[in-house]
Amino acid sequence: MTDTAAGLLTAESVAGAAYIVAGLMFILSLAGLSRHEKARAGVIYGISGMIIALAATIWLTLQDAWGSGTGLLGLALLLIAVLVGAAIGLWRARAVQMTGMPELIALLHSFVGLAAVLVGWNGHLEAPELPEALQGIHHAEVFIGVFIGAVTFTGSIVAYLKLSARMKSSPLTLPGKNVINLGSLAAFVALTIWYVNDTQLWLLVVVTLLALGLGWHLVASIGGGDMPVVVSMLNSYSGWAAAAAGFLLNNDLLIITGALVGSSGAYLSYIMCKAMNRSFLSVIAGGFGIEAPKTGDTDYGEHREISAQATAELLTNASSVVITPGYGMAVAQAQYPVAELAHQLRERGVDVKFGIHPVAGRLPGHMNVLLAEAKVPYDIVLEMDEINDDLNETTVVLVIGANDTVNPAAAEDPGSPIAGMPVLRVWEAENVVVFKRSMAAGYAGVQNPLFFRENSQMLFGDAKQRVEDILRAF
Amino acid sequence: MTRIGIVAELGRETRVAATPATVKQLLGLGYDVVVEKGAGESASFRNEEYAAAGASIVGAEDAWGSDVVLRINPPTENEINRLAEGATLISMLSPGLRPELVEALAARPITALALDAVPRISRAQSMDVLSSMANIAGYRAVIEAAHEFGRFFTGQVTAAGKVPPAKVLVAGAGVAGLAAIGAASSLGAIVRATDPRPEVADQVKSIGGTYLKVEVEEEMKSSDGYAKATSEAYNRRAAEIYTEQARDVDIVITTALIPGRPAPKLLTADDVAAMKPGSVIVDMAAGQGGNVEGSVAGERIVTENGVVILGYTDLPARLPAQASQLYGTNLLNLLKLLTKDKDGQLTIDFDDVVQRSVTVVRDGEKTWPPPPVQVSAAPAAQADATRAEEGPAGEAAKTGLSPAGKAGLIAAGIAFLFGINAVAPAPLPQHFTVLLLSVVVGFYVIGKVHHALHTPLMSVTNAISGIIVVGALLQITSESLIVQALSAVAVLLASINIFGGFAVTRRMLAMFSKGNKAQG
Repeated sequence: MTDTAAGLLTAESVAGAAYIVAGLMFILSLAGLSRHEKARAGVIYGISGMIIALAATIWLTLQDAWGSGTGLLGLALLLIAVLVGAAIGLWRARAVQMTGMPELIALLHSFVGLAAVLVGWNGHLEAPELPEALQGIHHAEVFIGVFIGAVTFTGSIVAYLKLSARMKSSPLTLPGKNVINLGSLAAFVALTIWYVNDTQLWLLVVVTLLALGLGWHLVASIGGGDMPVVVSMLNSYSGWAAAAAGFLLNNDLLIITGALVGSSGAYLSYIMCKAMNRSFLSVIAGGFGIEAPKTGDTDYGEHREISAQATAELLTNASSVVITPGYGMAVAQAQYPVAELAHQLRERGVDVKFGIHPVAGRLPGHMNVLLAEAKVPYDIVLEMDEINDDLNETTVVLVIGANDTVNPAAAEDPGSPIAGMPVLRVWEAENVVVFKRSMAAGYAGVQNPLFFRENSQMLFGDAKQRVEDILRAF
Repeated sequence: MTRIGIVAELGRETRVAATPATVKQLLGLGYDVVVEKGAGESASFRNEEYAAAGASIVGAEDAWGSDVVLRINPPTENEINRLAEGATLISMLSPGLRPELVEALAARPITALALDAVPRISRAQSMDVLSSMANIAGYRAVIEAAHEFGRFFTGQVTAAGKVPPAKVLVAGAGVAGLAAIGAASSLGAIVRATDPRPEVADQVKSIGGTYLKVEVEEEMKSSDGYAKATSEAYNRRAAEIYTEQARDVDIVITTALIPGRPAPKLLTADDVAAMKPGSVIVDMAAGQGGNVEGSVAGERIVTENGVVILGYTDLPARLPAQASQLYGTNLLNLLKLLTKDKDGQLTIDFDDVVQRSVTVVRDGEKTWPPPPVQVSAAPAAQADATRAEEGPAGEAAKTGLSPAGKAGLIAAGIAFLFGINAVAPAPLPQHFTVLLLSVVVGFYVIGKVHHALHTPLMSVTNAISGIIVVGALLQITSESLIVQALSAVAVLLASINIFGGFAVTRRMLAMFSKGNKAQG
C-alpha cells in the first residue's frame, strides 16, 4: 500500500492484524488435516481463516474505493465475481464423482495459476510509484509471479487432461527435453534482467508465453502413472505463485499462505517420491525414468483364467482376504461393490483387509477416499508397510485394477524400469486373483510377471461387473 | 527285508538311539528292528519294552551286523570294522571337526549319515538333533546351576526374612540359551541374555528374559541360522558388558558356539574372580574350548574365591529318557524322509539338500563336505552384499550429494540469504523472514500426515492457495478499466477455487468413518 492517507492507517493496521490471525488459522488447518480426529476441525479453521482474510481485504478496498466511480464499479465487479465463482465452485464440488477427484483438483490448481498471472499483469499495468531501488524489485516480482503462475496454469491443465484421459497419458519425449527445460529457465532469467532495466509490455507477453510453454512441456513429459506426484507438485507451485504475488503486493498474508502451501505441497510430493523410489529433483524438473525400456520380449509363460463363480468359492473358503485396489477400481467405479464384498465376507467370518499402495490411483490417498466413500471402515484399510509382512499368510489376495503397484519385477528384476520401487508383495499369498480388463501393461508400460505366476489367476472384464458377479454367486 | 539295529552306546553315555515308541514307528516304515541287549537300560527303557514294541533283542554282534545301524555317539575304529559291508550308519559324527573319523568311515564300503549335519532349514527342523539336544542341555544347565547354587532362584518374602531373587546371565540366545532363559525365569530368577544377533531380542523377551544389547554400529544378520564371529569394536563393548554383569549376577550360563571354530572366550579369569562367592558358572561350550577362562571340559571346578564352574559336556545325557525320546524322533523323521514308500527300502536322494547334507560317506566314497545350503534371510544377505559393494559412494549417489556437498550447499544458501538481506531495500528482508518461517512451518505441520488424508490435505491446501484472491481484491478498485476487468476474472477464478476446494474437502472428510459407524 503506497497510499498513506491518515484515514487508511487504521484500516491497514486492522487488516494487518486480521491477516496474522488468518495466517495462524491456515497453519492450524494444515496441522489438523494431518490427523483423522482433527481433520474436520482443520477444515473449519481453513474456512474461518479465509473468511477473516476476505472480510479484512474487502473492508480495506471498501475504505479505499468509497465515493469514487471506479471504486464502486470495482465493488460491483467484486460482488459478481465472488458470487459467480462461489456458485461454480460449490456446484463442481457437489457434482464431482469421487473418482473424478484428481481431475477436479488439478483443474482448481490451474485457476490459482491463472489468477496469479492476472495479478502479475495488473502489477505491470498499474505500477505503483516507488523509489528507484524498489522499482527494479517490483518489476522482478511481477515477472517471477507471472512466470510461476503461468507454469502452474498450463501444467495443471495438462495434468487435468491426462487424468481425465482427454490426452494420451504416455510421457512426451521431445528430443533434448532437458535442454528445453533448462533453456526456458535461462531465457526467463535473461528476460527478467532485461525487463527490470527496460519495462516493456511485450517482454511480459513473451515471458508469459514462455512459461505457458514450459508448464505444458514439463507435465506432458511425465507419464500418467506419476500423476499423483505431479498433482501434489502443482499444488506446491500454486502456493509459490501466491507467495510471489505477496511479494509483489507487499502483502504478508499472501506470502505466509503461499509459502505454507508451497512447502507442504513440496514435502508431500517428496514423501510420495520416496514411496515410489523416484528422485524428487527429476520430478520437479519434469519427465523421468524415460530410458529406453529393456527388451520386452521375455517369455513369461501362460496366464490362467478364473470365473467369477470359482472366485466366489475361493473367497468363501478363505480364512483371510486382502484386497489391493488400484486405479482400475476407480475407473470402473467399483468401490461400492468392493465394499459390499468386503462387508459380506466379514459377515461370514473371513478376515478382510485392504492393502493400499502409497501411489495407488492417480492422487495420493485416492484409494482411501474411494473406499471411505463406499463406507469401508478405515481401520481395515492398511498401508503397504502395515500389510506387506502379513501377505504370505493370506489365503486370497484380490488385485482389483492395480498393476505396477503389485509388480514382482520391481522387487526381483533389477533391469526393470520400476526396479526398486516398493510394491505390495501379493505374490507371496496362497492365491492371487487379478481383476483386469485385458492383458495390457500398466501405466509404467511394464509387463507384470505376477499374472503368470503359478498362484495367480486372471478374472477378466469390468471390475465392477465382475465383483457384482461374485456377490451374486455367494 | 532291511534290518535296523539299535546298538548300545559306550562308556558313560546314558542315551539310546531309539525308544520303544520310535521302534514301533520304524516297524511301520517297513523295517525289521533289532535292539542290542541292555541298550536302553540307562535311559530307563527295558528290553521287555522294546520286545513288546516289536523289536527282537539280540547280542552286540548281531546288532552291529544290521543293514542300518542307529547310534548316538560316533563309532570307534573298532566299531566301524564291525559294520557289515554295504551297511548304513546313522549317528552324530561331527564330520566338520573330525576329518580322521570321516576318512576311517570312507575306508569301509559303507554309507554314513551324520545326523548333526542336518541343515537348518524349516523343512529339516524335525530332524535337527542339535536343536533338540541343545534344548535339553539348556534346561539341564539351569538345573545343574540350581543344584550347586546355595540359594533360591525366586525371590520370597517370608516370616524369616526377605530373599532376593537370583540373577542369571545367559550368554548366547540360541536354542540352548533360550531353553536356559525359559527354565531359569520359570524358576523365578531375574534373567538377562546377550547375543550378537539383535533379532533375537524379541525371542528373549518372549520367554521372560531381558536382552542386553551390545551398542555398536554393526548388525549381524545370520544367513545360515548360526551366529558368526564378531568384529573387534563389538567384542570390546561385549567384554565390558560381561565384566559389569559378572559383578552383579549369581549365575552365568554360557552357550556361545561358532560352528567349525573354538568357542569364543566371553568371561576372563578376572571376571570370574570378580564374582561373588557361591556363584555358579555353567560353561556349555566347555567341550569346544569353553566360553569361560578356567573351565575344564567335563569337570566341576571351584575357584579360589568360591565360584563353581561346571564344564559338563554331557548335559543332554543327564536327561537320558528325554534326550533319547527326542533323538529317536529326530532319527525317525530322517528315516521317514529316506524311506519314501514305507517299504523298508532306504534310498538316498542327492537332489534333496537335506539328504545330501547329512551324507558323509556313500558306498565307501567320501561325500563331505556337502555344498553349502543358504538357510534363511537370503534376501538380507544379498542386500548386505550389494551394500558392501556400493559402500559410501553408493549412499552418496542415492542422495545425490556427498556430506561435504550438502554442507557446501547449506553454506551457499546462508550466504545467499545474508547477501540479499544486506543488499535488499526496506520491505524485502521482512518478506524473506516471513517467507522462510512459513516454509519451515509448512514442512513441519504436515510432517506426520496420515497417508489416507493426503487427498483431503491437498484439496484443503488447494483451497487455501485461493488466497491469491486477496491480491486480486486489492487491485479491483483500480482506476484502469483493464486492470479492473483482469482482477474481476482473477477473483472469479480464485473464488471457484476457494469455495470448491473447501466444499470438496468437507465432502471427503464426511465419508471417512471408522468401524461400526460405517454400518449405520
